[in-house]
Amino acid sequence: MTTVRLLVGTHKGAFVLTSDERRKDWKIEGPHFAGWDVYHVNASPAEPNRLYASTSRGWFGQVIQRSDDGGATWQPVGNEFHYEGTPGTHKWYDNTDHPWDFLRVWHLEPSLTDPETVYAGVEDAALFKSTNGGTSWEELPGLRTHKTAPSWAPGAGGLCLHTIILDPTNPDRIITAISSAGSFRSDDRGETWRPINHGLRSSYIPDPDAEIGHCVHHLAMHPSRPNVLFMQKHWDVMRSDDAGDSWHEVSGNLPTDFGFAIDVHAHEPETIYVVPITSDSDHFVPDGKLRVYRSRTGGNEWEPLTKGLPQKDCYVNVLRDAMAVDSAESCGVYFGTTGGQLYASADSGDSWTAIARDLPAVLSVQVQTLA
Amino acid sequence: MIRVELPANLRTLAGVGREVQLQVDGPITQRTVLDALEAEYPMLRGTVRDARTKKRRPMLRFYACEEDLSDESLDAPLPEPVTAGREPYLIVGAIAGG
Repeated sequence: MTTVRLLVGTHKGAFVLTSDERRKDWKIEGPHFAGWDVYHVNASPAEPNRLYASTSRGWFGQVIQRSDDGGATWQPVGNEFHYEGTPGTHKWYDNTDHPWDFLRVWHLEPSLTDPETVYAGVEDAALFKSTNGGTSWEELPGLRTHKTAPSWAPGAGGLCLHTIILDPTNPDRIITAISSAGSFRSDDRGETWRPINHGLRSSYIPDPDAEIGHCVHHLAMHPSRPNVLFMQKHWDVMRSDDAGDSWHEVSGNLPTDFGFAIDVHAHEPETIYVVPITSDSDHFVPDGKLRVYRSRTGGNEWEPLTKGLPQKDCYVNVLRDAMAVDSAESCGVYFGTTGGQLYASADSGDSWTAIARDLPAVLSVQVQTLA
Repeated sequence: MIRVELPANLRTLAGVGREVQLQVDGPITQRTVLDALEAEYPMLRGTVRDARTKKRRPMLRFYACEEDLSDESLDAPLPEPVTAGREPYLIVGAIAGG
C-alpha cells in the first residue's frame, strides 16, 4: 500500500501530512518547531524516514533539525555555518560592498545515496555540506569565491542560494541557483563552478544578457532527463536542453511570465507546472484567480488548471519551494500558498482539493511516495 | 541553583518550560551562567550568543532585578538575589514585528 507524505514548512512551524494512494483523506501532524520559520523540510531518498528541517528566527539564528522516524520526533543537530577563510564582500542593495554574512538555510538537499550526507543552500549565498547527518557543516567554497561573486547582489528576499539539484546520472554534477546572481553548475562535486546563464535576458540589469545578475527564482529537472532543465526566472519561464549551457524562453501564452514555483510531472518529462504571479510589487495571482498552468509540450503551450481552485477574490502567492509532485501511478501535484492553504491534485492537476486551509504562510512543500 | 528564564522559541527548542534551574560552580556571572546553560542544553548553543565569538545576538537582552545587564561586563558578579536563587536571570527577545 502506497503512502504519500507531505513535508510542509511554514512561517510558524512544520507540518507532516500523510495519506494513502487515493490522497483524499489526510492526517495532519504538527506544528513541529512552533513559532520558528521553517524554510525547508526534505527527506533522504536513500533512507525515507531520515528527514532534515531548516528552522530559523531572526532573534535566535539557525537550527537544523533531524528526524529518523519520518517526522514523528526530531532532534536539533548542527547550527554552525562558517564561511571558509575571510569571506570578502558582495554588492548590497545600494551597490556598496557588503560583508558576506550568514543568515539562514533556505534549502536542504539530501544526497541521493547516503542518508548522512546533505547539502545546504544558505543566505548569504553559499553551499554547505554535511557528511554526518547535519551534525557539522563545511562550506564548499568554490561557489562563493567564484570570480564573479563580489558583484552578486541580493534579490528582495536576500542573497540566497535556494535551489540545489543533484544529477542522478552523474555524481560529479551539482546545479544551484542564487537570487539574484543566476544559475551555476559544478562538474567536480562542488569544487569549481561556472555560471550557466547564457540565453537569459533580464531588463533590470544594465546589460540584459550579462553572465551573472539574473534573478533565477527556481529550477526543476526530471530525473530521467538530467540535461533538460526548466527555470522560473523573475520574469520568463526558460528551458535548457544542455544542462544549462544555453537557455531559451518557453513562456508562450502564460498570462504573466513572473512566478516562483516550477515543477515537472513525475512520469511525463515534458509536462511542467508553474503558478503565474502578478509583478512588479503585487506578488499575488492575477485577476484574483488561483490558476496553475500546465504545459504538456515542455513549455510554450500552456493551459490553466482551475477546477477546485478559487477563481475570485484570491490574492495569495506561491513561493519557490512550495510546489512538489509525488510519483504515485497517477501523479499527484501539491502546492502551498502564502495564505496558508495547501492544495493537492491526485490527477496530474486536472482537479484540486484544499487539504489544509488555515496553516501559517507556506514556505515549502516536499512530498514522499512511500511503498 | 540559578534560575534562568527563556524566551518562548528557546523553550520550544530546548523542550523546557519558562524557567530552567542551573548548577553553576565558581563565580556566578553572566558568562558562567550562559556557559552552564549551553552545557546543560547544547541545542541552545549559538542561539543566545554567537557560537564562535560569544557575542550576544543582537535581538536579545539580558535582564535581572529590573536592570538591563546586556551591556555590562560578562564577568561581573550577578546581583545577590540571582545568585541566591530568589530572582531569575532573564533572557529576553526584543519585541519586534508588531
